[in-house]
Amino acid sequence: MNLTLRVWRQKNADTPGKFVEYRANNISPDMSFLEMLDVVNEELIKRGEEQIAFDHDCREGICGSCGLVINGRAHGPLAATTTCQLHMRTFKDGDTIAVEPWRARPFPVIKDLVVDRNAFDRIIQSGGYISVSTGGAPDGNAIPIPKDDADKAMDAAQCIGCGACVAACKNASAMLFVAAKVSHLSLLPQGKIEQDRRVLNMVTRMDEEGFGNCTNIGSCEAVCPKQITLDNIARMNRLYMEALFKGILS
Amino acid sequence: MKIVLDSKIPSGTVATKWTKYRQEMKLVNPANKRKFEIIVVGSGLAGASAAATLGELGYNVKCFCFQDSPRRAHSIAAQGGINAAKNYRNDGDSIYRLFYDTIKGGDFRAREANVHRLAEVSVNIIDQCVAQGVPFAREYGGLLDNRSFGGAQVSRTFYARGQTGQQLLLGAYQALSRQIHDGTVKMFSRTEMLDIVIIDGHAKGIITRDLVTGKTETHSADAVVLATGGYSPVFFLSTNAKGCNVTATFRAFKKGAYFANPCYTQIHPTCIPQSGDHQSKLTLMSESLRNDGRVWVPKKPGDTRHPNDIPENERDYYLERMYPSYGNLAPRDIASRAAKKVCDEGRGIGPNGRGVYLDFSDSIKRLGRDKIEERYGNLFEMYERITGENAYEQPMRIYPAPHYTMGGSWVDYELMSNIPGLFVIGEANFSDHGANRLGASALMQGLADGYFILPQTIAGYFATHRNGRYSSDHPEFRKAHEDVRARINKLLSINGKRTVTEFHRELGKLMWDDVGMARNRAGLQHALQRLPEIREEFWGNVNVLGSGDEFNSALEYAGRVADFLEFAELLAFDALHREESCGGHFREEYQTEDGEALRNDGQFAYVAAWEYKGMDQFPVLHKEPLIYEEVKMTQRSYK
Amino acid sequence: MAVSAQSLQPSRAGILSLIWRSSLGKKYVMAITGLGLFIFVIAHMLGNLQIYLGTDKINTYAETLKSTPALLWTVRIVLLVIVILHIIAGIQLALANRRARPQAYSNKKVVASTLADRTMLISGLIILAFIVFHLSHFTLGFVNPQYLHYVDSMGRHDVRRMMIIGFSNPFVSVFYIVSMGLLLLHLSHGVSSCFQSLGLRSTRTIGFFDKLAKVSALLVFLGNCSIPLAILAGILK
Repeated sequence: MNLTLRVWRQKNADTPGKFVEYRANNISPDMSFLEMLDVVNEELIKRGEEQIAFDHDCREGICGSCGLVINGRAHGPLAATTTCQLHMRTFKDGDTIAVEPWRARPFPVIKDLVVDRNAFDRIIQSGGYISVSTGGAPDGNAIPIPKDDADKAMDAAQCIGCGACVAACKNASAMLFVAAKVSHLSLLPQGKIEQDRRVLNMVTRMDEEGFGNCTNIGSCEAVCPKQITLDNIARMNRLYMEALFKGILS
Repeated sequence: MKIVLDSKIPSGTVATKWTKYRQEMKLVNPANKRKFEIIVVGSGLAGASAAATLGELGYNVKCFCFQDSPRRAHSIAAQGGINAAKNYRNDGDSIYRLFYDTIKGGDFRAREANVHRLAEVSVNIIDQCVAQGVPFAREYGGLLDNRSFGGAQVSRTFYARGQTGQQLLLGAYQALSRQIHDGTVKMFSRTEMLDIVIIDGHAKGIITRDLVTGKTETHSADAVVLATGGYSPVFFLSTNAKGCNVTATFRAFKKGAYFANPCYTQIHPTCIPQSGDHQSKLTLMSESLRNDGRVWVPKKPGDTRHPNDIPENERDYYLERMYPSYGNLAPRDIASRAAKKVCDEGRGIGPNGRGVYLDFSDSIKRLGRDKIEERYGNLFEMYERITGENAYEQPMRIYPAPHYTMGGSWVDYELMSNIPGLFVIGEANFSDHGANRLGASALMQGLADGYFILPQTIAGYFATHRNGRYSSDHPEFRKAHEDVRARINKLLSINGKRTVTEFHRELGKLMWDDVGMARNRAGLQHALQRLPEIREEFWGNVNVLGSGDEFNSALEYAGRVADFLEFAELLAFDALHREESCGGHFREEYQTEDGEALRNDGQFAYVAAWEYKGMDQFPVLHKEPLIYEEVKMTQRSYK
Repeated sequence: MAVSAQSLQPSRAGILSLIWRSSLGKKYVMAITGLGLFIFVIAHMLGNLQIYLGTDKINTYAETLKSTPALLWTVRIVLLVIVILHIIAGIQLALANRRARPQAYSNKKVVASTLADRTMLISGLIILAFIVFHLSHFTLGFVNPQYLHYVDSMGRHDVRRMMIIGFSNPFVSVFYIVSMGLLLLHLSHGVSSCFQSLGLRSTRTIGFFDKLAKVSALLVFLGNCSIPLAILAGILK
C-alpha cells in the first residue's frame, strides 16, 4: 500500500516545529507502524535527509517507550494497543496519516516525535513506592492477600508509563498515570502503611510538574494501551480526601 | 596457555560456601560507605536492584541508562515468571533441586558454587518483591500461586500474569526511585556509556554521551558495575529490544576484561515467526504457553491444509514423541533444535515453512476457554494483534528466535571481573546459566545479583582497596574521552552509501545462518572470513547523518552496530574453538546418533575466557576449569 | 501550587490549604459546590412550578420564604459563597488546563468527549450572565422596578403576576430558554462528574450516574422552560 504521512519535525525544544509531508510507498499490511517509519527513514537517509526521530525500544507493547499521536489519537485508532503493536493492516491504501508527538507542557519535545517524560519519574520518586530496604522482608506468604485485591492491584500495576493518558487528555492531565500507581500500592496490605503520605506527595508533585486537571471525560481510559480504568482515578480521589481529613484531624 | 583466572570460590561443601563466605567477608562500616562512589551502568533488574540496594546501604551511586527512564530497561519484557525454591507446592522442591535443575539445564557448563548461591537466595527474592508490592498471582486462599516451567518437574515459578518481568522491574524501579528521592542515587537517563576508564589496573570511571545534548562526559568512581544485559541483537532479529547492545561489556573487553563463553546463546523456542523482510524484531510468546499448548507439525512434508483440517493421526506431536517424560516442557535448546529439525525436513508450516504449531485445543476442551484466557489472555491478544489470527480457534504458529545470551563478561565468585573494581551482574556476566538457561531463571539471576550478592561482595573490594577516585583530568580519563570523541567524529565523517540498518541486517543474517541454532566448522570459518569484510565496508561506506552535538539516534545506533561487528567475530571464534555441543551451542559435527548434543567433558569442561589482544590478532584463551564437587556430570536426558 | 513534600507531614494548616491549592482539592470544591447548586436548581424549579397550582399557592410559598428571613438569608449567603467558589475554582482550573498544553494538536477532536464536557466553561459563564440578569429581573427589580410592587388580593407580593408579565416579553423568554438549554448541557456532564471527583463513581455505577445526570438535567430543562412557554402560549394568564 502507498500512504502520505504528515510528520511533525522539530529540531529541538527551542525551535518551533512544523509538519512535513512524506510518501510511504510499498508498505506491507503486516508491518507495524514503527516498521513503516523505519522504511521511510531508510529512504530519507538514502536521500541525505535526517531520519525522523521517534522513541521506541521493545516493540512489543511493554516498555512504554513509543508513543505517537496518529490522526489525532494517542497510539492510533485501535483500543488497547501501543504504537509499536499497531499494524498497517489497520489503514487503507492511499490514506493520509498525521503523526505528532505527545503534546503537554510537562513533556517538552526533544526532537521531532521524541518527548521528555521524566516528569513521570519525578512523580514516582515523590512517593510511588513502598519503603522497604533489601533484606528483612517476611516470608512471601506471611500476609495472605485476597485474590480479588491482588488482581485489582495487578490491573492498575500494568501501567507502562507511556504517557498516552496525558497526550489524549484535553487538559494534559496525568491523573490516570498517578492514580494507577496510587491504586496499585494502596490495594495491597503492604502499601496501606504509607498510603496517606504517598497520595499527598504524588499529587503535589503532579501539580508542580504542570499537568492539567481531570475533567472526568475518559479520553485517557479510551486510549490507554493497558486499559487502566477511571475507577483508579475515583479511588485516588477517595484516598486523597481520606488523607486530607486524617491530616487535618490528627 | 596459562591459567590466570582465580574464581575465588570459597572452600567447603557447595551448600555451605555462601554462608561461609558471608561469615568471613570483609565489611565497610556505615560511616565509611558514603565515602565510596559506585557507578552502575544499566537499570534493568540487575542494575536497578543493585543501585537501589547500594544506595540503601549508604554508598553514593550514579546510575546510567540509555532509555528515557530506568523503568523501560528490557527486563520489562520478560513474561513468564521467576523461579524460587520455596516448595510452597509440597511437590518435592528444594534449594538443592533448583540448584541441580539449573546445573543440568545449563548442560554442566556452569560454576557449581554460583548456581547453588543463586538457588539459596531465590527464596529471599520472592519475599523482597512481595514486600515491595509486586502483585504476584494468588490463589483464592490468598497465598502465592505457582506454575511449572521448562526443564523442571516441580512448580516453582512465581508470576504476575504474563508480565512478571514488568512487575519485578517496576518493583526495583520503585526502590531505585526511593533512593533517587533520598539523594543516595543520582540517575542519568538517556545517557549511554561509551567507554570504561582503567587506572593502575583498576576500573575507575566511564565515559558517557548524553543522548539529548550529545555532550560526552567523564564520570569517576571507586568501582564500576556493568548491568548492561545481553547481546542477542548481534543476530539483528531477536526478541530483544531494539536498543539492547553489547557496547558496555565489549568496551570493557577491549580494555582488558575477559569475555567468557560468548558462543552460549539461547534460541527461544516459542516466538512468532518472521512475516517478511521488513521485520525489525521478533516477538516472544512466553514459554509458559508450553504448559497447556501441544507442539506439532503435519506428519507429511509440504502439507498445506488448514491446521484444523489435519486429523489427529496425521499430526506429529514431536516433542511428546521424542521426549516422553518432559514432552512439551523440554528445555529451550532442545525444543528449539527439534523445531529446526522438523522444518528442515520440510514439515514446517506458515508462509515460509519456518514454523510449527502450538495447539491449545486440548487444554481448552479440558479446562475451558475461560481458564486459558485467565492464564494467557494477554499473550493470545498480543498474538492476534501481530498475526491477525485467533489462537483460541486455530493453533498458534511459533518458531525459535535468539532470546538470551548466557555468555558475558567473566566474573569471579564475587561478581568481579579480572579487572579489580569492575563488577558485572545480570545477563551481562557469564556466571550462572552455563550453556543454556532455564525458563524463569533470568529474572532470578538478575535480582539475586542486584539485591543480594553484589551489594555484599563489593564491600570486600572496598575493604581491601582504598586507592580512591581520580579526577577527570587524569591522562587515562582524557585519553578515553578523546578516543570516544574521535570515534563519533569518524562515524559522522564517512558519508557513505549504506545505512546502519543495512549493515546490521547483513551481520544478523550471516550470524543466524552460520552461527545460529546449529553451527559447523565450515559455516563458522565462513563467518570469520566475512566479518572483517563487512566491518571494513562499514567503516568505509556507512552513512550517518546529523551531528554529534544533538539528539541523533542514527549515531547511537551506528556506534552499537560497530561494536556488534567486532564482537561477532569473538562469538564465532569461540563457537569454532568449542569442539563439542552443549546447551545452546550446537555443533553439527558433535551429536549423538539421535541428534542430541554431544558434550566432550574431557576436553571442554571449562569456561572459555577470552582476552583481547587487538582487532588484528586472535584473542587469547584463558580456561577456568569447571570442577564439579557436588554433582556428577551426566549426559543430559529429558526423555 | 507548590507545597514541598517535607512540609506536608507536620503542618495541619498546610494540609488544610491543599483543599484549595491542590488540583484534587479544587475539584472537590467544584464537585461539592456543584452538587449544592444542583440541589438549589431542583428546589427552585419545584417552587416555581407551583405557578400551575394558582395564585394562592405560589404567593403563599413566596411569602413563607420572606417571612423567615434567617433561613432566607442563610440560604442566600450560602448560595452566594457557593457560586463564587464554583466560579473562581472553575476559572482557575480552566486556566491551568490551558497552560498544560501550549501547542495544540492538528486534529482538535478529543477522544471519548461530548459537546457537554468540552463546553463546561463557556456554558457556565453564560449561565452566570443569565443569573445576573435573572436576579436583576425578578429578585432585585433593577430591570423593572414595578415588579416588586405587584400585590395580590391578600396584600402579598404577587409573584405569579410578576412571572407572567416578565415572561410575556419574548426576548426575556428566549434568553431564559437558551440559558436553560446551556444549563441542561452543563448539568448533563457536571452532575455525574461531581461523583467521580468525589471518588463515588466506579465502572459499575458510571452508567447510573450518567443517566441520573442526563435525566435530571432534562427534567430541570423541561420543568423550567414549561413556564415561559405556557405563558407565551397563553395557557398561564
